[in-house]
Amino acid sequence: MYGDAMSWANSWGLNAVDLARAQFAFTMSFHIVFPAFSIGLASYLAVLEARWLLTGREVFLNLFNYWLKIFSVAFGMGVVSGIVMSYQFGTNWSVFADKAGPVIGPLMAYEVLTAFFLEAGFLGVMLFGLERVGPKLHFFATAMVAVGTLISAFWILSANSWMQTPAGYAVNADGQFVAADWLKAIFNPSFPYRLVHMVLAAYLTTALVVGAVGAFHLLRDQHLAGPRVMFSMAMWMATLVAPIQILAGDQHGLNALEHQPVKIMAMEGHYQSHPDGAPLILFGLPDQEAGKVKYAIEIPRMGSLILKHSPDAPMAGLDTVPRENWPPVPITFWSFRIMVGMGLLMFGLGLFSLWCRWRGTLYQSRLLHLFAMAMGPAGFIAVLAGWITTETGRQPFTVYGLLRTAESASPLAAPAVGSSLLAFVIVYFAVFAAGVIYLLRLMAQPPHPGEAGPPSNIPARAAGITPAVEGIAP
Amino acid sequence: MSAAIDLATLWAFIIAFAVFVYVVMDGFDLGLGILFPLFPAKADRDVIMNSVAPVWDGNETWLVLGGGGMMAAFPLAYSVLMPALYTPMIAMLIGLIFRGVAFEFRWRTQGKRNRWDLAFAGGSWLAALAQGIALGAILQGVHVEGRHYAGGWWDWLTPFSILTGAAIAIGYALLGAGWLVLKTEGALRDKAYHLCWYLLFAMLAAIATVSIATPFLHIQYAQRWFTWPNVILTAPVPIAVAIITVLLLRALANKQDSQPFPLVLALFALSYAGLGISMYPYIVPQSITIWQAASPENSQLFMLAGVAILIPLILGYTGWAYWVFRGKVRGGYH
Repeated sequence: MYGDAMSWANSWGLNAVDLARAQFAFTMSFHIVFPAFSIGLASYLAVLEARWLLTGREVFLNLFNYWLKIFSVAFGMGVVSGIVMSYQFGTNWSVFADKAGPVIGPLMAYEVLTAFFLEAGFLGVMLFGLERVGPKLHFFATAMVAVGTLISAFWILSANSWMQTPAGYAVNADGQFVAADWLKAIFNPSFPYRLVHMVLAAYLTTALVVGAVGAFHLLRDQHLAGPRVMFSMAMWMATLVAPIQILAGDQHGLNALEHQPVKIMAMEGHYQSHPDGAPLILFGLPDQEAGKVKYAIEIPRMGSLILKHSPDAPMAGLDTVPRENWPPVPITFWSFRIMVGMGLLMFGLGLFSLWCRWRGTLYQSRLLHLFAMAMGPAGFIAVLAGWITTETGRQPFTVYGLLRTAESASPLAAPAVGSSLLAFVIVYFAVFAAGVIYLLRLMAQPPHPGEAGPPSNIPARAAGITPAVEGIAP
Repeated sequence: MSAAIDLATLWAFIIAFAVFVYVVMDGFDLGLGILFPLFPAKADRDVIMNSVAPVWDGNETWLVLGGGGMMAAFPLAYSVLMPALYTPMIAMLIGLIFRGVAFEFRWRTQGKRNRWDLAFAGGSWLAALAQGIALGAILQGVHVEGRHYAGGWWDWLTPFSILTGAAIAIGYALLGAGWLVLKTEGALRDKAYHLCWYLLFAMLAAIATVSIATPFLHIQYAQRWFTWPNVILTAPVPIAVAIITVLLLRALANKQDSQPFPLVLALFALSYAGLGISMYPYIVPQSITIWQAASPENSQLFMLAGVAILIPLILGYTGWAYWVFRGKVRGGYH
């Protein structure tokens, strides 16, 4: 049957493994933007509510309720797209699930037990429960949701990192990976770097969205209290976190050089070895067939200086690696440059806002506000580009160096995988496009005095009455 | 079959528990979606949605635990069953997407709310039928060679799996109607009572049909249920179903709002126990036992520590969330 399936697939000119990869890339790309946003937003909501409780200033409650509605829509989309991911290991990657399940499975089970239930359990109270449980207990619920998003990041990044830099494992008689040392498996070599890099990315992503929304409303009216507060908070985040992120990214890169040198070769476009110091290729067109970067604009020896901290340090290239183990260099090379470019722009925005703040024009500078608005999607672009870099750089393996992607897929016929891919494409564009429109519609309104929280339990709203939340301020 | 509980058996109970909690908790959420077309009034729909809005996400999380836990504890079974159930699984996921986003999206449209009401109802129907069909497909067994699923991608489609699909949809609808009796009042509750009568008889018919059809799938199922001395252990299940049915009929007749829902839960528990009796010790019926599918002991032990501490904690704060939103859901201010 497996043989039949393969020949059928081949006669279609499509390969079930490629379709399964396309499906994972597509569903993952849609999914990742929601958690990246909600990790940062949950923490931001906890900060807003804490400041409201500490100061009693109504502007923080208004901002809290304003972003809570946005959070509820984004979180819902993250949940439904996330369930698809958790089942995809079985549907499309069953051999991977069988072989890596004993190590990856428990990490993901811990994510469910420690994070998903925590988020889901307290989400209802966070969204609808302020009147029922009072401000202090409600803040506790908000904090639990925020902590849950971070715990979730911990486990899923540990699982992903184990696939990148497997450690603490043995292989049993059935060819399954089994844990020999759980601590080494969880805290595998790339995990701490990836965790820091991703959580900072989530915080930056959210800060840029909050900043863009604030800037959008300040452009119309620079005296609005809510947009001023959110814009200022967001620009502080950009100013402080963007440089830290650049340092964290550099450390992550050095870690990859140590444990996944081939990924770095692909990111740098180093097809050739450079015994006397490698150049830094700024731009160029990697040609996988020819094994070289065409039209390369490069700085001599800069690559060795950055990666080895010595301009003359020799660096091996892909010419030392068998061709069947090459990652798809053009994708890795370009997605890496897009990510770095976004990071540098974020750093620039942070510096510019700091200058405006110092000059006292933070709420007046139209140029800053336009820049901040343009940077609204930059975090999402950087997150997607970064994930494409690290995931394509791991190819052609699912478990780096140990289990090939081509040998990880389910024994399914191409039409089955192709049909489900088509279904997901149609459904995702229909559903998530609507969701993004609703999010933008919510963001297009400025936060109002007496801003209401998410609608529920108050069906009178359907009759056009806006529920009030006065009387709950401390 | 030894009397001692080994690690794989313990994990089989844990996964079965997670799946059961999912079935009954998301069961009533999905049941509300199934019944949605019968409640065309906007005000009723708002109350129905609001009765589960704070808890549906937690309910759905048990599905992730069931699936994720199975990959962790029984990776071989997960890797055989998921490709075997490919189409129902994809359909279920798509149904859950439409159902899940509808909770938020229906408040975000102006004038065109019905589009997401349709998504809520349609998604619930699709997910419920797909889950029921998946159940039937598992019970009838799948074609396994070596460590792989070796059948086609439409093998799941049989009259039996269609029957279980319908049975699950009916059961969820009954759970949903019981939930509405518990959580609403006035005309909405009266209509839910009315629906409970029809749905109860439909569910009893479904339980009977599936129970009669199952022993014909495999001789092992028939032997499990009808041979001596197994009968001593299996006979109490149908007897208990009869007792619960009588109690449920009485609760419906006396209109005791708090009773139908837990009694329907009991019916589900008994049906589920019946499934467990049929399947044990197989996790892929007639091909792979729980011991063959079990992940290495250190994987199961590592997770057991977390489960022992965290499941009680989860049940605790989930219970708290239900308690916070206890009582009847009312329209208007309160």
